[in-house]
Amino acid sequence: MSTIEHFMPLLMQREEEGALTLLLSHGGVHFLWIKYSNLYLVATTLKNVNASLVYSFLYKTVEIFSEYFKELEEESIQDNSVIIYELLDELMDFSFPQTTDSKILQEYITQQGNKLEVGKSRVLPTVTSAVSWCSEGARYKKNEVFIDVIELVNLLVNANGSVLLSEIVGTIKPKVFLSGMPELQLGLNDHVLFEITGQSKNKPVELEDVKFHQCAWLSRFNND
Amino acid sequence: MTDSKYFTTTKKGEIFELKAELNSDKKEKKKEAVKKVIASMTVGKDVSALFPDVVNCMQTDNLELKKLVYLYLMNYAKSQPDMAIMAVNTFVKDCEDPNPLIRALAVRTMGCIRVDKITEYLCEPLRKCLKDEDPYVRKTAAVCVAKLHDINAQLVEDQGFLDTLKDLISDSNPMVVANAVAALSEIAESHPSSNLLDLNPQSINKLLTALNECTEWGQIFILDCLANYTPKDDREAQSICERVTPRLSHANSAVVLSAVKVLMKFMEMLSKDLDYYGTLLKKLAPPLVTLLSAEPELQYVALRNINLIVQKRPEILKHEMKVFFVKYNDPIYVKLEKLDIMIRLASQANIAQVLAELKEYATEVDVDFVRKAVRAIGRCAIKVEQSAERCVSTLLDLIQTKVNYVVQEAIVVIKDIFRKYPNKYESVIATLCENLDSLDEPEARAAMIWIVGEYAERIDNADELLESFLEGFHDESTQVQLQLLTAIVKLFLKKPTETQELVQQVLSLATQDSDNPDLRDRGYIYWRLLSTDPVAAKEVVLAEKPLISEETDLIEPTLLDELICYIGTLASVYHKPPSAFVEGGRGVVHKSLPPRTASSESTESPEMAPAGAPPGEQLDVIPTQGDLLGDLLNLDLGPPVSGPPLATSSVQMGAVDLLGGGLDSLMGDEPEGIGAPNFVAPPAATVPANLGAPMGSGLSDLFDLTSGVGTLSGSYVAPKAVWLPAMKAKGLEISGTFTRQVGSISMDLQLTNKALQVMTDFAIQFNRNSFGLAPAAPLQVHAPLSPNQTVEISLPLNTVGSVMKMEPLNNLQVAVKNNIDVFYFSTLYPLHILFVEDGKMGES
Repeated sequence: MSTIEHFMPLLMQREEEGALTLLLSHGGVHFLWIKYSNLYLVATTLKNVNASLVYSFLYKTVEIFSEYFKELEEESIQDNSVIIYELLDELMDFSFPQTTDSKILQEYITQQGNKLEVGKSRVLPTVTSAVSWCSEGARYKKNEVFIDVIELVNLLVNANGSVLLSEIVGTIKPKVFLSGMPELQLGLNDHVLFEITGQSKNKPVELEDVKFHQCAWLSRFNND
Repeated sequence: MTDSKYFTTTKKGEIFELKAELNSDKKEKKKEAVKKVIASMTVGKDVSALFPDVVNCMQTDNLELKKLVYLYLMNYAKSQPDMAIMAVNTFVKDCEDPNPLIRALAVRTMGCIRVDKITEYLCEPLRKCLKDEDPYVRKTAAVCVAKLHDINAQLVEDQGFLDTLKDLISDSNPMVVANAVAALSEIAESHPSSNLLDLNPQSINKLLTALNECTEWGQIFILDCLANYTPKDDREAQSICERVTPRLSHANSAVVLSAVKVLMKFMEMLSKDLDYYGTLLKKLAPPLVTLLSAEPELQYVALRNINLIVQKRPEILKHEMKVFFVKYNDPIYVKLEKLDIMIRLASQANIAQVLAELKEYATEVDVDFVRKAVRAIGRCAIKVEQSAERCVSTLLDLIQTKVNYVVQEAIVVIKDIFRKYPNKYESVIATLCENLDSLDEPEARAAMIWIVGEYAERIDNADELLESFLEGFHDESTQVQLQLLTAIVKLFLKKPTETQELVQQVLSLATQDSDNPDLRDRGYIYWRLLSTDPVAAKEVVLAEKPLISEETDLIEPTLLDELICYIGTLASVYHKPPSAFVEGGRGVVHKSLPPRTASSESTESPEMAPAGAPPGEQLDVIPTQGDLLGDLLNLDLGPPVSGPPLATSSVQMGAVDLLGGGLDSLMGDEPEGIGAPNFVAPPAATVPANLGAPMGSGLSDLFDLTSGVGTLSGSYVAPKAVWLPAMKAKGLEISGTFTRQVGSISMDLQLTNKALQVMTDFAIQFNRNSFGLAPAAPLQVHAPLSPNQTVEISLPLNTVGSVMKMEPLNNLQVAVKNNIDVFYFSTLYPLHILFVEDGKMGES
């Protein structure tokens, strides 16, 4: 009986006992799992692994599979078993996550099953280059940038109606069609808004914390 | 057309059909067949019979087909090792293919085939691939070294792959560097002693440069690797911290946590007076808070780690209480963990808000969460004294709700509040008693009974209440039975006239009708106490009890320090050291925070710097737990002589007596060791007169070094090393060294109490050893050692103990006892301490 076969019975048993935990273990093996719709994605380990890395990776896997198959569910896994093997091969090697950028992966693992001819096929330089999120030499007729701003507002109010906690978790998602690989600077300006609404400029919007995609120069941002 | 059709062929003679298809001339048909084989393999059907046919398809130009065949090989090669050899040639050929994808694929797959015969053939292609011109092949080859090491470690060492791997750390491609670091870390984990990673300022610099350029995963490998490094001083620590800090802004939570680990660890080396220290503290809070917006599993990992960080450095998040307020849609595991952190952060400044929240939580629907919330209110009362009254009234409000589990939980915590603030809130007892009948959980019943017993004199009908519990005595759990017994005895001592019958009844129930040894013993003790000396009984049973401490569930400091080194990993989620859940010795290296070594201010804390053992190094504990240790384990160490020894010759004898019969078994073969009263340690304070005496004879100057003047004869003294880490000795850390001064040997010990309780009653004993080293005086720790206190002791030694050859010759096994337990360690003493200064060799 392979290790993973212990997982479902163990999960069911714990669920029944009402003692389901994020970490399950059986005979020295630890299961780290996430649930996505009706699928369980499980990582197994014998060692003291980096748990945050494992969970990040599992979520990344979901993201990539979803981009490949539109919907990630049991059926799409059966339909694409071969590609999944191929993908897993590139995503992880000997439990070390490797290339997990779906844009890059899609350039050399294609839906239809690629038939690369000898000599012609090559590893895209992007796979291992420092810029691992877009491929070199992109050309667009029309150079344009679309920016989506998605904001999530959290508000916690107590029974008396006073606000305990309010926060906005915002994401800026640019979709970039720019030729070559230009470096971009993004600046946020709150003056315009204040002028329109007529508020005082003395109190600028403060960002408590910012997180960046892999492509941002973190050390440069930190210095400025 | 989808792949799912491959899963549905379940006709008879399937294998046979597949075989025919695999040998088909048509490429497409072949590929379809291999896909079917893989599908069967995936669902667990045994298709190993097709091994030769599948391997035949291996030589193909089609990359997809090749990948599938390789996949098949990985799965079945182990069960068909002889046939797997057939594939070797193709592998070797593929490693030379002009297409780097194929070269990499071949080297990746070969590493996954765990067949000894194949690994031999793997070496040459691997060597080439490690030097391949394409970084994609090199990064794959780097991982392959780790795979091969897992199969055959010796082979990897013999072939010199480790050196090649080390060279790759300087590779121009960041992904190759990252994989090389990951592979080396993995290998180093299984060889704790090898200095494989050999981190030095130069290599650290390379890693920090690569850190800016590699993928998020590569950044994690590098950060985790950096965390194992010990900077040489505070400046280096600071410069690394400065370069790691930008990682806190990465979108990947795992990168952030690994960066936090490096910073938390290196911060230990920074002086708190530095401006940079304060800056760093401020920079750590926002990223930790943002982790709470990640996916729930990652939130949980983050919270478990924040729980550690809050205990280690409460100042980081002390103003962030609000972000730990639970959201209605948080998963339960996140809620419970947030609650725990809220209590840790509770202080006088924010207690009102916290209490208001907790009160809300106590009316939620999830039972586990509600219970924990009620308990939290009690913990706040104990932690923040000013809030105790408000907490108690909140709890009373909750009791009025009459929700069964809320009431029970509230009673349990009120008991603890009584233990912290005795004689302050008894007015609530009446309310508690009203709910007596609804208590059905043992813990709540026991708590209620304890309260009744403790305050029996103020509860008019205490005897009736307790009697009502007594009816079903044998159906109660042990916890309740014990509590009931004690409470009734207390009641009897307070109101002897009315309750004689009751106490008789409970004593006979406990001693005669119960099978539980604890209960019987406690019953008999009370019985005898009461029958022999009721006054003494009163003094014993009704003695004033120590108050409970503020924080009851803190992680023990040494464990906490170790867990800080494991931020982000399973250990930090379990709050257990890896040795507790990783099976076998592999990968379990004890880690500790770096000692503070300042570059500029070397005089600041001389006792700290040299005493710390290099982190990541296995500490020197008794190597073989064999028969020798058995002797030591049987020792029954007695308490040390308290106060200074009185008469000269009686001291050692006294020590022998106290140390008990165990000594006989230790020294049994050579009784002359015991008989001769040789050297005696006068109390340290009496000898300073002898300080100047050069090379004198007589007993007193033997011990003049105990008074602390250490430079008399200039003999080399090794810096103190940690002999017994606190981890292994329930919080007692011992470091020490040996010195020889003017003809006398002594062991300079430094005892540090890293536990949460006071340590007393120290004693020391040596096992028989090659030169008959033995303590010349008992170990004297004059005052109890309170938590976080350190005491330095010089223990005079002589060489008249029993002799037994040790391996190595200068090995010394030592047992140290205190009020907590007996601990064992072994150490090596420098031989020069045995040499006499005049150059003449003594007889012994």
